[in-house]
Amino acid sequence: MKPPAFGYAAPASVEEALVVLADLGYDGKVLAGGQSLIPLLSMRLTAPHTLVDINRIPGLSHISVAGDGSVIVGALVRHAELLADESAFSALPLLRRATSNVAHPAIRNRGTTCGSVAHADPSGEMTAILAITGGSVQIAAQGAAIRDVPAREFFLGPLESCLGAGELAVSVTFGAPAARTGSAFLELARRRGDYAMCGVAVAVTLDDENAVSEVRAAYLSVGPIPEVHDLTSAVAGQQSTSADWAGAGEFATTLVEPEGDLHASADYRRRLVAVLTERALPQAAADAVARAEVAA
Amino acid sequence: MTSEQQFTVSLSVNGTTMPVTVPARRLLSDAIRHDLELTGTHVGCEHGVCGACTVLLDGVPVRSCLMFAVQAEGHEVTTVEGLAEADGRPHPVQEAFRDCHGLQCGFCTPGFLTTIAAALDDYEPGTAISDDEAREIVGGNLCRCTGYQNIVKAVGRAQEIRSQRAGVALKSHSASEHA
Repeated sequence: MKPPAFGYAAPASVEEALVVLADLGYDGKVLAGGQSLIPLLSMRLTAPHTLVDINRIPGLSHISVAGDGSVIVGALVRHAELLADESAFSALPLLRRATSNVAHPAIRNRGTTCGSVAHADPSGEMTAILAITGGSVQIAAQGAAIRDVPAREFFLGPLESCLGAGELAVSVTFGAPAARTGSAFLELARRRGDYAMCGVAVAVTLDDENAVSEVRAAYLSVGPIPEVHDLTSAVAGQQSTSADWAGAGEFATTLVEPEGDLHASADYRRRLVAVLTERALPQAAADAVARAEVAA
Repeated sequence: MTSEQQFTVSLSVNGTTMPVTVPARRLLSDAIRHDLELTGTHVGCEHGVCGACTVLLDGVPVRSCLMFAVQAEGHEVTTVEGLAEADGRPHPVQEAFRDCHGLQCGFCTPGFLTTIAAALDDYEPGTAISDDEAREIVGGNLCRCTGYQNIVKAVGRAQEIRSQRAGVALKSHSASEHA
């Protein structure tokens, strides 16, 4: 359980990092928080030629809220910092609701939100949040303008993103919620802090009469990538306090194709999709009403 | 196989700075135990699950098995050996573990002690820590002996001792809970 030998570079600026990464090509692997990468190394599931440690680079630890309400998180922001950030929470409450489910405090003190997205683990909380908020990843490469890749194009498969050789994810941007939209996050794990057997992030949008106009849900540990499903047709036009949320949960089960593993069978995961969706949607609807009242 | 590149790193552990020469892949946990011979930090699962190797990095708990020694330069590391107070008295959480029988075999204990010691700093002396809060604090550490009940009690007791040392009475429920 020791990592294999690797080369090590600790660049002092983004520019230097991009030069090193360009030289290395597919031999280079970025090390940020390391809370997923180092276990993979220790278990000898990966053996990169050289690790490019970005922890010495200043200026990557920023959290900022843009004018439109989207939240930009730099590559070295630790989960614990995002969790504690009041401006990010008030702009996008879903961030704190999800981040508090990421592993344990000791992992959150070191692991980065951007790295978690770049790792593209379908059981990761932040990948699902990026997907449901319609967020994007900002990717730098030597001699190229920063490209902004939307979540629906970023995730290609389990632990596979569109990050290419020589590229560095310098920040992620979580999209701003639409007006009269509320959110909720729920997950179920064997033990608190473990990988979820199933989790869901939902967004419910209400019209001026508090009738449901849009419902979307993104699931974790259910598919190969964090897909966003539209559940609107199950509850469209129904009042937020009496909508058929159970029906929406049942509808969701027809859209997902979970796989079974050691921790939960495919059928059990499908059942959890129904139950967690049914529980999360009324929370999000109540959140939408509360946020609309604050905004009014 | 060609010899591996070595890096000389200044590790600042428990207030003392010591140079170590290590390959990049040397885990911080191994540097602490093997290079610095501070064997109080224990290594359990070595992939971040068990929490036995938890140390404080600039005062906050991290898994020393999920960091490389070369990354620790410029940071202050505190291990279980560094928890005792300047006058040699045990840290409140160490005394509380003894009072509450919070350990049996002791393998997981250094990780619990460092984790709880850092968490206590989030509370003002005199503010009781509830059992639910205590469970949240220790939720990332595994113990195979105690069944956790006495560890949860020890969190509350540690805050009581810490408050006493600060000359502040503990408010609300906690004092009666472990009487």
